Amino acid sequence: MNKKTYVIAAALLAVGAGSAAQAETLKFAFQGTLNALDPYSLNETFTLSSLGNTYEGLTRRGSDLAIEPALAESWEVIEPTRWRFHLRKGVKFHNGSDFTAEDVAFSVDRVRSEGSDLTTRVPADAKVEIVDDYTVDFVLNSPNPILHYEWDTFYIMDKEWTTENDAVKVTSASDTTPNYAALNANGTGPFKITSHEAGVKTVYEKNDGWWDEAKHNLDTVEFTPIGSDATRVAALLSGEMDMVYPVPVQDIKRINDNAGTVALTGPELRTIFLGMDQMRDELLYSDVKGKNPMKDARVRKAFYQAIDIEAIKKKVMRDLSTPSAIMVSPFLFSKAGEFERYPYDPEAAKALLAEAGYPDGFSIGMDCPNDRYVNDEAICQAVAAMLARINVKVDLNAQPKAKYFAKILASGGYDTSFYLLGWTPGSLDSWNVLSNLMNCRDEAGKGSPFNNGGFCDEKIDSLTAEILVENDPEKRDELIAEAFKISHDNAYYIPLHQQGLAWGVADDIELVQRADNQFKFRFVTKN
Amino acid sequence: MIGFATRRILQAMIVMLVVALLAFTMFRFVGDPINQMVGIETSIEEREALRERLGLNDPIPVQFIRFISNAAQFDFGTSYQFRQPVSELFAKRIPATLELSFASALFALVVGIPMGIYAGLNRESPISKLFLSVSLVGISLPTFFIGILLIFLFSVTLQWLPSFGRGETVQIGSWWTTGFLTVSGLKALILPSITLGLYQMTLIMRLIRAEMLEVIRTDYIKFARARGLPDRLVNFRHALKNTLVPVITITGLQLGSIIAFATITETVFQWPGMGLMFLQAVQNVDIPIMSAYLLLTAFLFVAINFIVDILYFLIDPRLRVGRP
Repeated sequence: MNKKTYVIAAALLAVGAGSAAQAETLKFAFQGTLNALDPYSLNETFTLSSLGNTYEGLTRRGSDLAIEPALAESWEVIEPTRWRFHLRKGVKFHNGSDFTAEDVAFSVDRVRSEGSDLTTRVPADAKVEIVDDYTVDFVLNSPNPILHYEWDTFYIMDKEWTTENDAVKVTSASDTTPNYAALNANGTGPFKITSHEAGVKTVYEKNDGWWDEAKHNLDTVEFTPIGSDATRVAALLSGEMDMVYPVPVQDIKRINDNAGTVALTGPELRTIFLGMDQMRDELLYSDVKGKNPMKDARVRKAFYQAIDIEAIKKKVMRDLSTPSAIMVSPFLFSKAGEFERYPYDPEAAKALLAEAGYPDGFSIGMDCPNDRYVNDEAICQAVAAMLARINVKVDLNAQPKAKYFAKILASGGYDTSFYLLGWTPGSLDSWNVLSNLMNCRDEAGKGSPFNNGGFCDEKIDSLTAEILVENDPEKRDELIAEAFKISHDNAYYIPLHQQGLAWGVADDIELVQRADNQFKFRFVTKN
Repeated sequence: MIGFATRRILQAMIVMLVVALLAFTMFRFVGDPINQMVGIETSIEEREALRERLGLNDPIPVQFIRFISNAAQFDFGTSYQFRQPVSELFAKRIPATLELSFASALFALVVGIPMGIYAGLNRESPISKLFLSVSLVGISLPTFFIGILLIFLFSVTLQWLPSFGRGETVQIGSWWTTGFLTVSGLKALILPSITLGLYQMTLIMRLIRAEMLEVIRTDYIKFARARGLPDRLVNFRHALKNTLVPVITITGLQLGSIIAFATITETVFQWPGMGLMFLQAVQNVDIPIMSAYLLLTAFLFVAINFIVDILYFLIDPRLRVGRP
């Protein structure tokens, strides 16, 4: 190497250094960790949200959650049971290989294979037919209008890369060694993962070859999990972090008062509700013997009307909640506006209780998580205090989620009389709510596995089946409204509210807070 | 000597077995790991299949024997969350914990010893009284509170030091990462090591002060002074030297507890060590990590005690009398 090339090299280095100085880095923290990178290992919001910056599905969701084309440019329903997807041409995976119909077929097989936690993304009986390199048909056994509703988180993997690296089998929760795909990622998305240490730090870098026009201006993104609420907030206030989430509702004011940071709040899709054991002939935790008062709709309505939802909103949630009359977010259902909560009326509640044969009230045990939803334990305490006013004595049992879910779900034998739960339909569609929470079930949970109270209404069951195959959106919404109305009339559940999202953001960051609590880097700009 | 050591080793093994049994039974009550491993919508059949594959349906004694025999071969299983061998995860996290522990022990010694000497020599001075009252704070405030207080003062208000993490680290060899070689790494060490070391510092300071007061009253110090030796020589050459013996013993023992109880400090400062991993594991019912951590901690204490016992045996001839 002679002197001249040294000079050129130095000049190049200087240019590199110059542009590096302008590189925009986004640093953000979340309370939980990102574990395996395999997009089919865990069906959980944060994992899917993170991987969605690297991997992409055939569809994606925009800032308002509307379905948009992504790896599929367009699609059509040729017959009620045959969907055709036209794939985007010229898309490359991060390793440089081309995206084709083969990759889609491969991903469909893999996502439905044993060990995958996302097997429901594609119906088990659906067949994939490759028409040509850029056209794929999905052949279904029965019509399914929401086939593609969950595909924004069904990420397409590269067949070649996955096969070459011996990662075709999904790393399941019981595997003893993670495969290559659990530690490395190769998607088509706007960011590549350049380093990943689970529980410590994950670094993303901009994908220059992304097919879409980048609206973000980030070069690097660094994710650090920070479990402690106080530390997470401090990291934002001190300027070490550009964005942290979630922030506790009691810190929102502090973040807004601090120069240079704002708290971004908005409604989340998750509906928080109360459920009651309506299956057993005698409640497990109550002083009423020989019968189950919760089987009586009047008692359930009395509970409903005894709850002052506005007080919970103001005092417990600090206005960061939207009281709800139905079991699904109004964002996700066009007819949500037709529903109204039973009014708060303790006197009417007392009268209902007396009519049902409990003029002096009774006692009931209540189960509640204390680390799962926003202020979950405080909500339960408020509910217990409100029920005390109509002479229902609540024995509250609040515990960490690890113990709570083991008790109240099928694995614990639905060991509960009265409980609080939250539900976000993964498909962003009401059918998911009906089929998971509102259909009949047996003791082992066959049917609606999360209908912990075990109520059984055959009309809702038959409506659910109808909704599944109804292709006409308007008719479909009618049917959904009918099912929700039955639940409302009988007070099978007591919906409380949609809890709010609270993110802490530095002033110079612009981003989109999606109601599904997914954080997408492609919407971020740093000034 | 050999008989003594063998007996000690046998005792140590019994202790480890009891700890393993405790760890094992305790973690049956933490909650259900399955819910943390799958999404909420995962079907009941899949959950049941997973439980079967993980061996959670086996009778408890069978599970315990499997756990013990694997642990004896240093196989602590696979983490439920990370799906990686626990021993590998620990190996990656150990440098962070050891560096933090070392830094806080250093802080405790470097600050605690001079403060103790001063307070011992100048009993009545107002500064000594201040030291003593400050040290009361160090003993009585909970660690997480001190940590958060420091964060809000030095990170949020003054913005001098980072509030979380290790800063930049440098890879040394294949398995050690260090924060000692970068500016941001050293800055990141300051707050957590003060938090973790504060209690030990207080302890050392009070110990030295008490020992100093004791020694100064002894005859040989009085003789030294009577002979007209300069104060500096008396205080440091003669008095301090004799106070250090118990301090060294205590410091050695405390090092074990610093490493073991770094858990809270690591959580407050998001310090990527073993303690943080342990607390994350508790939240997620990651039983393999929890039991391995408990066993490791127990082993640390048992090993330190064993070494101390042997050292005493070697140093103090009285212990040998009447022993075979």
